[in-house]
Amino acid sequence: MLSIKNLHASIEGTPILRGINLEVKAGEVHAIMGPNGSGKSTLASVLAGREEYEVTEGEVIFNGKNLLEYSPEVRAREGIFLAFQYPVEIPGVSSTNFLRTAVNQVREYRGLEALDAVKFLTLMKEKMKLVEIDKKLLSRSLNEGFSGGEKKRNEIFQMAMLDPKLSILDETDSGLDIDALKIVSNGVNQLKTKDNATILVTHYQRLLDYIIPDYVHVLYKGRIVKSGSKELALELEDRGYDWIKEAVDSEATV
Amino acid sequence: MSTLTQQNKISDLINHSGTGFESARNSAKEIFKQQGMPALKAEEYKFTSITKKLDSFLTNSLQAKAFEVSVDRVKSSVFEGFEGDVLVFSNGIYQPSLSDKIEELSISSISAVADCPIGSIAKPEKDIFCALNQASFQDGVFISIPNKVKLERPVLFLFLNEVSDAQVIQPRIWIESGDFSEATFIEQTVQLNESPTFVNKVIEVKGGMNTHLHHYRLQNEGKNYIEVSNIETDLLKDSTFNSVVISLSGDMIRNNLTINILGSNSEGNMYGLYLLNGKSHVDNHTNVDHTVPHSESNELYKGIMADYSRGVFNGKIFVRQDAQKTNAFQQNNNILLSENAVVNTKPQLEIWADDVKCSHGCTTGQLDEEALFYLQARGIGKLQAKGLLLYAFAGEVLEHIGDDPFKKYCTQLVENRLGSKF
Repeated sequence: MLSIKNLHASIEGTPILRGINLEVKAGEVHAIMGPNGSGKSTLASVLAGREEYEVTEGEVIFNGKNLLEYSPEVRAREGIFLAFQYPVEIPGVSSTNFLRTAVNQVREYRGLEALDAVKFLTLMKEKMKLVEIDKKLLSRSLNEGFSGGEKKRNEIFQMAMLDPKLSILDETDSGLDIDALKIVSNGVNQLKTKDNATILVTHYQRLLDYIIPDYVHVLYKGRIVKSGSKELALELEDRGYDWIKEAVDSEATV
Repeated sequence: MSTLTQQNKISDLINHSGTGFESARNSAKEIFKQQGMPALKAEEYKFTSITKKLDSFLTNSLQAKAFEVSVDRVKSSVFEGFEGDVLVFSNGIYQPSLSDKIEELSISSISAVADCPIGSIAKPEKDIFCALNQASFQDGVFISIPNKVKLERPVLFLFLNEVSDAQVIQPRIWIESGDFSEATFIEQTVQLNESPTFVNKVIEVKGGMNTHLHHYRLQNEGKNYIEVSNIETDLLKDSTFNSVVISLSGDMIRNNLTINILGSNSEGNMYGLYLLNGKSHVDNHTNVDHTVPHSESNELYKGIMADYSRGVFNGKIFVRQDAQKTNAFQQNNNILLSENAVVNTKPQLEIWADDVKCSHGCTTGQLDEEALFYLQARGIGKLQAKGLLLYAFAGEVLEHIGDDPFKKYCTQLVENRLGSKF
């Protein structure tokens, strides 16, 4: 589904990603872990098409298409979904209006009929249950005045509405209490099918108790320096990142 | 000074006055002769070089005569969905025969009301364009709302303009309201041709006690349109005056809005939205004067400027020594969509009382890139995402239009503008 080859990206001339290689197949869950500043969020942003980042080398093929050529909205329509680490508050834009516009633009691109008001509301109700989001929240402006947990839940709700092929969850667990974490994880697990895939970007192992990854990758200094099964996450929880950093840094100096 | 004044084309206007109000006209003429048109650096017109603009814009200083307007023309010009009564102005001159009769009100040409104290509210010495209008306007309308009359339907001032050689139009409106009255006035202008047109409008509003008046103005004229308008109101106790001005197009527009709060427990609300492109220039000068205790004013002006356009906002708030317990709030927010667009904003508060709540703030920025990316990342096209964000910004002003059909009409115009390339 997703094939990243030798991806280099920089921001304002500073290289952040220095040769990422990653293959993600349908039905898989990949966790990307790593210390702060290792480039995890940058990778998520580059995949979603954030303009501040400049891709200097490498390629990203998504379902046979060169993803890097597309604008953020076309990537979304192709099936990429980024759950933001910091969802943006947008006063004056109603959550419902926004979602309906988004859903219908995505549907149009995929050759599906636009949903009328009734069908849209039916779909909304169904997906709201998934993340136990209160409909009062959705009558407000987008994310405005939402708590941290509500914002994250709203991200997963949007993901459910847009039915993406590849979901990238950027630190979705950060700032969540254990109850919210369970609700969010439960939502993600329910949305998982054999046809879609998930990339979890996280600093902590905690999330991986609830969403079980097939693969765990450690990102450090803009490269994936170690990959393994879910046991790797547990090892990282025990030993921290220092042993990996040391291994990489000593290799570099040799 | 007076010799300089004579060089301005517009100055000749004062020698071509309409009939009646001789002494008011003469005193206005004197004031005009003494002060003349605003000089280039005149404080009140610092960012709006109206004198220079008019000199290059006008080919003469003749006032346009009323032209013949058909009933069909009136019908086709009124904005879609309007439900109310229409007062028709042809090149600024009130046309009783084409206007609806409004039973509850007393309405006539202003020339027929010899004792109408024109210039007693919008005083000619305060703004030179008031003086110019007072000296030389042709004929206007006098509207009186009797005590205890609450107009259910809004009144539309429909200004139909069709000028040729003579390019100056000077509407003059006097509104007085009795106690316990309420009314809504909407201003719509329709340019029937593309000829350069200069409108110099004065509206005076004398409120009674417990009077509630709403005034909505839409400015959506061609690029060959210049307007200076003065609207000033005296509010007695327990009253409100709501003003919403939506400016979408025009060459140069200057709106002077003044609310004098002369009675306690009264409220002045001023809202404005300006969406500018090309080289449009819109200047809103507002002034609220709190003279008595326990009154309130709320003000929100918002602007979006693209291309080479320029927005000017100046908000004066006076709180006199007697005006304890005043609440006055002012806000001006701007979004610049191009590097060449300019905004000049100036809050101007003079507070002499010590027990008051006053606040003001102004912001100028660009479109929020993070919000834009968020919307795009959900599959919404960039143009539409921009439109959503800009509409969210502008919508806050539109909310204050109390007449639903007019709100709908303005909303549609704004949405069309914001959903396109602006």
